[in-house]
Amino acid sequence: MKRSIVVFLAASLVSLGAGLSWSNDMVQVKGSDTLINMVQRLAEVYMEKHPGESVSVTGGGSGTGIAGLINRKCDIAMSSRPIKPSEVEQANNKGLDPKRVVLAIDALSIVVSSNNPVDKLTVEQIGKIYKGEIKNWKEVGGEDAAISLYGRQSNSGTYDFMKENVMFGEYSTSLKSMNGNAQIAESLKQDRSGIGYVGVGYAKEATGIKILKVAATGSTKYYGPFDPMDIKSGRYPITRPLNLYVNGTPKGTVKDFLVFQLSSEGQAIVEKEGFSPVPDEYQNYNAQTLGTTGNIRDSSMMRPTDLDTNDGAG
Amino acid sequence: MAHNRLKDSLVHGLFFLNGMLVVAALIGIFVLLVTKAAPAFKEVSLSQFLLSADWNPTATFVPVSYGIKSMLVSTILVSIGALAMALPIGIGAAAYLSDVAGPRTREIVKPVIEILAGIPSVVIGFLGIVLVGPAIAKIFNLPNGLNALNGSILLAVMALPTIISMSEDALNGVPKSFEEASLALGATKWQTLIRVKIPAALSGIIAASMLGMGRAIGETMTVLMATGCAIAMPKSFLQSVQTMTSTIAIELGEVPYDTTHYYALFGVGLVLFIITFVINMISDIALHRYQRVIK
Repeated sequence: MKRSIVVFLAASLVSLGAGLSWSNDMVQVKGSDTLINMVQRLAEVYMEKHPGESVSVTGGGSGTGIAGLINRKCDIAMSSRPIKPSEVEQANNKGLDPKRVVLAIDALSIVVSSNNPVDKLTVEQIGKIYKGEIKNWKEVGGEDAAISLYGRQSNSGTYDFMKENVMFGEYSTSLKSMNGNAQIAESLKQDRSGIGYVGVGYAKEATGIKILKVAATGSTKYYGPFDPMDIKSGRYPITRPLNLYVNGTPKGTVKDFLVFQLSSEGQAIVEKEGFSPVPDEYQNYNAQTLGTTGNIRDSSMMRPTDLDTNDGAG
Repeated sequence: MAHNRLKDSLVHGLFFLNGMLVVAALIGIFVLLVTKAAPAFKEVSLSQFLLSADWNPTATFVPVSYGIKSMLVSTILVSIGALAMALPIGIGAAAYLSDVAGPRTREIVKPVIEILAGIPSVVIGFLGIVLVGPAIAKIFNLPNGLNALNGSILLAVMALPTIISMSEDALNGVPKSFEEASLALGATKWQTLIRVKIPAALSGIIAASMLGMGRAIGETMTVLMATGCAIAMPKSFLQSVQTMTSTIAIELGEVPYDTTHYYALFGVGLVLFIITFVINMISDIALHRYQRVIK
């Protein structure tokens, strides 16, 4: 929450500055804290290239973003989970038509303290741990110590993702709901018997915590989310698309900004921020949402600016 | 002259309006809470709302549940804990300031206490994560220190300025004649303080602690950060708890408008409002009583 306040302030300053010199409509982006740093970076580069257009990015969680889209408080909602049928229904009732663009693929890393001897788990074990069915580390090959559960608060898309794609059940009531990736990592540094989940981009940079290898089932190999190929290919089992939702077929600056994000330049920034770029299976899907045909990434190849991508995304 | 009278009545009217504005705001908030909370009770019975300990409005694999008992207990646990710590320290500090400390010490200590009141709650919450939490974990040999005790300690620190400065006022308000009579009868300074001044100022002190308690119950950011936010029914001070304020803070941002979940959160707010209202009323009654006794 703290970080989103800072980002919000920064965004308001940026937009204020832009608002003084240009009278354009500002594109409001709101939602998942998993996407916020990446989209913030994308917005900065986009605004550098298109002076006069402004994009403001604020956090608050996936649910907050989608609620914002439904309540017409933002133009683009960032969400680390798919929109729920109930949310689509609400949007429809208000005359909105939410459409989805897949921006990147995120692997969720399961993390423990560096002092914890366990270094691999199956998806089923992780689910049972979070449901409260496995309560002690010795049941999964660790020390004789009660497991303390760290997770995100219920307004987080990651919270829902774990529930619906890993646990297939409800969280144990002893789950400690943390405010963000940082608080989970900070807690795990101190708590030798803790387990948590954070985005890969975050986990790789944090110290004092260990990323576990995960196997899809008891009879398959364990993979860690370290190699981007293992994430892209789905060998690492806990991955999810990161989405942007808009109302109807986007137009104007909103569309421009989306096209930029999906261009090779935008996708290079996505990779720099620690996520995997949009795989082929979603390319046509995205093109459909944007009302264009073919591969967006290729069509933007024509832009000469793509050559200096690597300098632009520092 | 007529001009002056007009001015008088204008000013009178303006001040009356200001006073009424506050009352109107209070009534407005109450009405809003009641009307927003009421639809929740079409789907959730009041007894289930208050007596069930299961709160899971976003459940997808089991039926949703809206029971606030565990967070109600958590809120009370954390606040009572805070009061139990803040009260002895607060009264002690107030007695020190009013009766023991020299004028120069008082001039230094009083502003310092008032500065304590100005520290933002998010900063105190942060101290709970990096300082108090690890200390609790070490002392009690726990894996982590994000629990009710942590919240209580932080809230005690936050309630202290209110308790100290109001209790000191109460002690200073005890007529000089009480003290002089006691000393004249041969009581020591200590006996005078404990047996005469503190009892005479008791209702003021009660009012102070009630206001401190009200502050503790309504505090959000600090408990959100420091208590671990686990929805399970607390069994001890060393368990992670989620208070009512934390629940509202976490869930109100993401909840779709005009759903049972949304209304239920206003229900939680209404319960919180009633609790703090009652506490403020008790403190007000205590204060009036104290003023009457002194007169």
